[in-house]
Amino acid sequence: MQASSKPGLSVNIVTNTGAVPHGEAAPLPMRMTISKVNFYYGSKQILFDINLGIADKRVTALIGPSGCGKSTLLRAMNRMHETVHTSRLEGEIQLDGQDILAQDVTTLRRRVGMVFQRPNPFPKSIFDNVAYGLRINGIRGSTSEMVEKSLRRAALWEEVKDHLHKSAYELSGGQQQRLCIARALAVEPEVLLLDEPCSALDPISTAKIEELLVELKNLTTITIVTHNMQQAARVSDFTAFLLTGQMIEFSPTPQLFTTPSDPRTEAYITGRFG
Amino acid sequence: MSARVKWRRFVSNFMLTLTGLCALVSVSVLFLILGYLVFNGGTSINWAFLTQLPKPVGEAGGGMANAIVGSAKLLLAASLFGVPIGFLGGIYLAEFSGSAVASVVRYSADLLNGVPSIVIGIFAYSMVVLPFRHFSTFAGAFALGLMMIPITLRSTEEFLNGVPRYLREGAMALGASKWKTIASVVVPAAYRGILTAILLALARVAGETAPLLFTAFGNRFWSQGWEQPTASLPVMIFTYAVSPYEDWHRQAWAAGLVLLGLILIINILARTILSRGIAVPRS
Repeated sequence: MQASSKPGLSVNIVTNTGAVPHGEAAPLPMRMTISKVNFYYGSKQILFDINLGIADKRVTALIGPSGCGKSTLLRAMNRMHETVHTSRLEGEIQLDGQDILAQDVTTLRRRVGMVFQRPNPFPKSIFDNVAYGLRINGIRGSTSEMVEKSLRRAALWEEVKDHLHKSAYELSGGQQQRLCIARALAVEPEVLLLDEPCSALDPISTAKIEELLVELKNLTTITIVTHNMQQAARVSDFTAFLLTGQMIEFSPTPQLFTTPSDPRTEAYITGRFG
Repeated sequence: MSARVKWRRFVSNFMLTLTGLCALVSVSVLFLILGYLVFNGGTSINWAFLTQLPKPVGEAGGGMANAIVGSAKLLLAASLFGVPIGFLGGIYLAEFSGSAVASVVRYSADLLNGVPSIVIGIFAYSMVVLPFRHFSTFAGAFALGLMMIPITLRSTEEFLNGVPRYLREGAMALGASKWKTIASVVVPAAYRGILTAILLALARVAGETAPLLFTAFGNRFWSQGWEQPTASLPVMIFTYAVSPYEDWHRQAWAAGLVLLGLILIINILARTILSRGIAVPRS
């Protein structure tokens, strides 16, 4: 695995890895591929030549110290970076083999959903929060059925089924975050991006969400940014380590945490910096 | 205790008393006005005052029904004209415009807000009254509507800017277009503030006399239509208050009380409706 420190080859490493879970045929199909991405805010370069493959129906974690560019990379994956006018993206990000920059941005974001650091339910009822994505995307079918399905998938149904029409703000922080996950799941995204989804939550809520992520793997492809290495180790199949905008290492999670190939990765995961 | 500490204590206590007194004065002005209105006008308010037309000079009794209806019509038409323009302009300012355009529009709106109401009246006179060759409800509503635009625009902009960024991102991440995000998340999150501001604008123009003097003019009878002159409470108060008749003075006070009551009712109604929605918690 000596090649894993060379970002350009990371995708191949994952596809050729021997760490494919039992019963799966290698190589793993990629849902998204990020190639040669450079990213700038104004004249400041944030990401340097990033290459990454997001394996289908797997959890990929992005870790690294604050300011390493992991959230920026995540936000580029559904073009949320475009809300900042000075941002500029070079390189290519593909979803199912198609360049995301060439697509209609609203369609892309429906296919690549996002959950944010802070729970951000809308000032609406629990029901309307989940139904929002269905309504704006004109998705037909029984809304209440789909709302129930999404809330069940987010492991929130049992707690809220008797007061779906109460304000979303009456829920606890952890429940609000699961509501946001349900809201994102309702439009059945192919990829779900999570930007430090547990950083504002208590340990019990965090455990619930981690459990949920592992279950959701069967349903969708997940990419999670986390500053919590234990979390990455617990929930992810692959982990990418970023440092000052560069991809240092991208390996199957067990391998990255037990036998990192780059000394900087080892230094970070053993707590020598960050 | 050293002289220095004593002096500091004195200054501190003095300023506390001074600011407290000023706060008291500001509040008591309101209650003084309210009390004075009730004291002077309360006795003249009766069913006839609310339902009858003014009586000719010298005849006792009569009412201001035409002025009450006239004011309501003027405010309705002014809101229909001024609120949508100010509201949509505010959305443009907060959500779409670049900072250069925004600062020009913002500055112009502030200037417009500072234009004396009598000047607005003259403007409406030359724009609406002169071309149509007579005073009208429309002309009065146009003048009042103009005054509502900058207040609505600036407050809409401010309340929209106050909507947290993470709510917009939440909507956009679900595939909402910019306009969808604004219409379905941003405006609903800010509508309480915006509506409150619109009500304040309404309350402010409800009491304006100067822009109506030569636009809506005045009328001793029922206004025959939107293109006819109409009576209004502020102009009626003005006319009655400067008249030499004791009876008219009492009625002017009563009209003031009615005007205040109307604004209060609008406020309470709107707040009741507002309290039903879900507010974004402050963080």
